[in-house]
Amino acid sequence: MTDHTATPDLTPTPGQTVGPFYGYALPYDHDSELVPPGSARAVQLTGVVYDGAGVPVPDAILEIWQPDENGVVPRETGSLRRNGFTFTGFGRAAVDPEGVFSFSTVDPGPTEADKAPFISVVVFARGLLNRLFTRIYLPEHTEALAADPFLSSLDEAERNRLIATRGADGSLRFDIRLQGEEETPFLRFPGHED
Amino acid sequence: MSPQPTSDTAKGPDDAAESQATLSKEIADIESAYTEDVDGGKKPETQPRLDYRPYRSSILRHPTKDPRHADPETIELFSPAFGHRDIGTLESDLTIQADGEPIGERIRVTGRVLDGQGRPVRNQLVEIWQANSAGRYIHKRDQHPAPIDPNFTGVGRTLTGDDGSYSFTTIKPGPYPWKNHHNAWRPAHIHFSLFGSEFTQRMITQMYFPGDPLFALDPIYQSITDRSARDRLVATYDHDITEHEFLMGYRWDIVLTGADRTWMEEEDDD
Repeated sequence: MTDHTATPDLTPTPGQTVGPFYGYALPYDHDSELVPPGSARAVQLTGVVYDGAGVPVPDAILEIWQPDENGVVPRETGSLRRNGFTFTGFGRAAVDPEGVFSFSTVDPGPTEADKAPFISVVVFARGLLNRLFTRIYLPEHTEALAADPFLSSLDEAERNRLIATRGADGSLRFDIRLQGEEETPFLRFPGHED
Repeated sequence: MSPQPTSDTAKGPDDAAESQATLSKEIADIESAYTEDVDGGKKPETQPRLDYRPYRSSILRHPTKDPRHADPETIELFSPAFGHRDIGTLESDLTIQADGEPIGERIRVTGRVLDGQGRPVRNQLVEIWQANSAGRYIHKRDQHPAPIDPNFTGVGRTLTGDDGSYSFTTIKPGPYPWKNHHNAWRPAHIHFSLFGSEFTQRMITQMYFPGDPLFALDPIYQSITDRSARDRLVATYDHDITEHEFLMGYRWDIVLTGADRTWMEEEDDD
């Protein structure tokens, strides 16, 4: 019988891999569409997830979380049942059989003046035993990027791997490499032990 | 194309030629090296290793560089908000999603989601998915020749209450075979997806059932090299949750990492 009066163990619960069978559970209608694709403000964010052999990973699922164009942190519900108008800031995209993910979103604005805006990303995959966090910065904010304390803590090649490239059609391109020479820099936040 | 497998490179996920004995030895060697490290004063591990060779699919999918230290910035100190418009009230009962009753042992899994300071995570999304009682997932890639249950999809969602509590009514999943090695079987488990009050707390994990004989053999469970850390993924049978002539009860509490923003807000504002 559980003793509910005992001091709870507050060590964080371990993560585990998302496994191969999330496909009928985690994706939902319009999950990757933070704004309707093709709408005036829509920006496509796309890329490929690669493994350490440079082979696309066909069973990864990504989530993004971001402020709107004005740097406002969304507090609205409705990400799971989108009404097409409310910007909730959250999206989820399973990769396709060629490892490609695609979101329809907006460019995030700076949450504070002079701060480099970014999209927060979490990566799950079969074969990946715990989630990985990273950030997608925008290429246009040259001064803010140069002054950013986190980016300045990285060497130039790593720093560049966290900055998306802008396509002629306005889209953002950001590949994720789980392993290897060009490995994406992943983040460890205070209090995290993995 | 992937390079041809050699003794040093990963074998494909469908190359199930290696024996359980081979895998079990690798698992035991890693654990005994870990135990020596801890006995020698190393801090106990609390999370799975990303680089864990016995789980063959991890070989090419784990980062080799240390993660970069980052202080969470504004957006990361908040989490997406979910509400009752996002979820139907019946989505937490996986036994009533079809016209008929699913087959298997009806169970309730309930517990609380807490942050690293022990505070309840309120009104946050919890998602689960699982195999049916025969160990079969409703997924086109699951080729396990066990029956599909037409009355069971194995998917549930709910929001935590003000005390951080969640509750799912479901069917106890069966163990299921996979292709990590020959005769590989996963212990029965339920996948859990969790959000905290900050995006840095986002996590996905698996809950297991007490006393499963497959624990020692399973590379995914054993990727958490510390025994007491592994134990945190195992629910407790709780007869107070069990209902007379209806279902068996399990309790499983989840602790997310600490939350920085709420801590500061409570100090400053509340």
